[in-house]
Amino acid sequence: MVLLANRDRRRAPHGGGTRTGTASRSIRQQRWFAPLLLVAPAVVWLVVFNIWPSINTVVLAFTNAKPLGGGSFVGTANFERMLDDDQLVYALINSIVYMLVCLPLLTVLPLLLALLVEKRLPGITFFRTAFYTPVIASAVVVALIWNWLLDDRGAINAIAQSLGFLSGPLPFLTDRWLLLFSAISLTIWKGLGYYMIIYLSALGNVSRELHEAAAVDGAGVVRRFLSVTVPGVRNTMLLIMVLIMVSALRVFSELFILTNGTGGPGGRVMSVVMLIQMYSRGFTGNLGYASALSILLFVITVGPMVVLARMNRRS
Amino acid sequence: MPATTRAYAFNSVSPREKVLRYALLLVVLAITVGPFLWQLSTSLKGAGEDIYTSTPSFLPAEPTLDNYVRVSETVPIWTFAGNSLFVAAFVVIGNAVGATLAGFALARLRFRGGKFIFALIIATLILPGEVTIIAQYITIREMGLADTLVGVALPGTIGMLNILLMWAAFRAIPQELDDAAKVDGANVWQRLIHVGLPNVRGMLSVITIFAFIGAWDDFLWPLIVLTDPSNYTLTVGLQYLNGAFSANPRVIAAGTMIAFIPIVIVFAVLQRFFFRGVEEGAIKG
Repeated sequence: MVLLANRDRRRAPHGGGTRTGTASRSIRQQRWFAPLLLVAPAVVWLVVFNIWPSINTVVLAFTNAKPLGGGSFVGTANFERMLDDDQLVYALINSIVYMLVCLPLLTVLPLLLALLVEKRLPGITFFRTAFYTPVIASAVVVALIWNWLLDDRGAINAIAQSLGFLSGPLPFLTDRWLLLFSAISLTIWKGLGYYMIIYLSALGNVSRELHEAAAVDGAGVVRRFLSVTVPGVRNTMLLIMVLIMVSALRVFSELFILTNGTGGPGGRVMSVVMLIQMYSRGFTGNLGYASALSILLFVITVGPMVVLARMNRRS
Repeated sequence: MPATTRAYAFNSVSPREKVLRYALLLVVLAITVGPFLWQLSTSLKGAGEDIYTSTPSFLPAEPTLDNYVRVSETVPIWTFAGNSLFVAAFVVIGNAVGATLAGFALARLRFRGGKFIFALIIATLILPGEVTIIAQYITIREMGLADTLVGVALPGTIGMLNILLMWAAFRAIPQELDDAAKVDGANVWQRLIHVGLPNVRGMLSVITIFAFIGAWDDFLWPLIVLTDPSNYTLTVGLQYLNGAFSANPRVIAAGTMIAFIPIVIVFAVLQRFFFRGVEEGAIKG
């Protein structure tokens, strides 16, 4: 221990090596093991709950491990099974639709919202907090609320019919595509406040002088938005686009609650994460196949991140 | 004249713009908060009141708390709430302590392996939680913690992202402050308590709020870990209430409010810390 303490003294950049005595030795001795004590819990969690599960996911993908224990090596059977899994095809199609709808709407609408709440008008904190409410609510709570709003006899169908827009209720929760688009609208509704806050934080860096100069040159609101605001938040926008794509691929709770865990008509309104969950439970579960699906999920979510890294490097 | 318009445009807001802005703010308010109020209204409507009327009425005719009693007769909703609270408290304390200690050590102390640990923590961030959730479940099962609340809480007890956020906050403290403390003979612990902590309160409250919200709202992970209904957290319990009983919308509405109201209170009380953090640029995704 003394040896280690001495070695540390030599390495320490600010080590008060000129001072001697028992007091300074006790400080010195604390110095070499104190950092390790402080990071020890984090390292345990890093290894046990982050690194090991990553490795184990790959190992499990080559087995047919069962939720209740047991299982054996099955080679690449799980990956072959993915190739002709109809539900997985539906899940991937749904993910693509999810991304295509969410990406433009959640990139633009929250930016407009951020501009709306940017000016420090009286009561603006209340509005900011209120717009953030759907973000802090659980996706389960939000989905149950929309489940009721979108019900055949719920408020949205009732209002649409009493105003004469519809002659009968729209089957938001039983039709394959309506169900998917209901879930998408719910995700967008819940995400507005989240991305609004990120934009709000970025808007502080957009040059006020540039805005004023553009206005003096006669640029209108739209023009200034496109040539001052948008370039000013460009990097944030790229980050947000990646976050939107990744979260569209990870969607679970909305679809699970709106379809009551069934995946909708014919199990077609599924997401990849919903399939992973489905195979994680009960006697029919297969953790090996669920792990293979997890690896697929990882591969498709890394895509958007690589794209961002590339675009960032270019700018 | 142009001078005044310009002054309106950039320093204050013209009356016309003000009216327009408030009108838009109210429209967005109705869209974002309206559904919650509608659910609250449904939860307060008595069994005698028709909730399927063709022109929905926002105010309950005879407000009643009956549905809150009935939801607790249908499922043990207060046990679920207690379970959620246990998990959330566990995760909040774990992160407040674990992420602070590690963030401090990585940001302010030099030691062998520090950089390597930091790199590994960064690397874990590209991994969406759902990817490792199955292997995570196996780990918990091997620990004998399947179907327990500790099993639900444990993996998130020290979040890697929270360590990085605390690292960034500690990193922002001027080196001179630290050096001065060192010259005065302060040890590592004293520097953390007297120099570090007072300067990272904003970030600490942000990670605490998010640890609470994250644990309270989480659905997929407790759904995988828990099997016995008496161990359910609120989110899993609500799904169970909705699925198994297809109970009447008033009762489900009451259940969702029991899960929703505590989080709103927590956020309303702490939101000023959160928005201060946002303005300091603490939240970047």
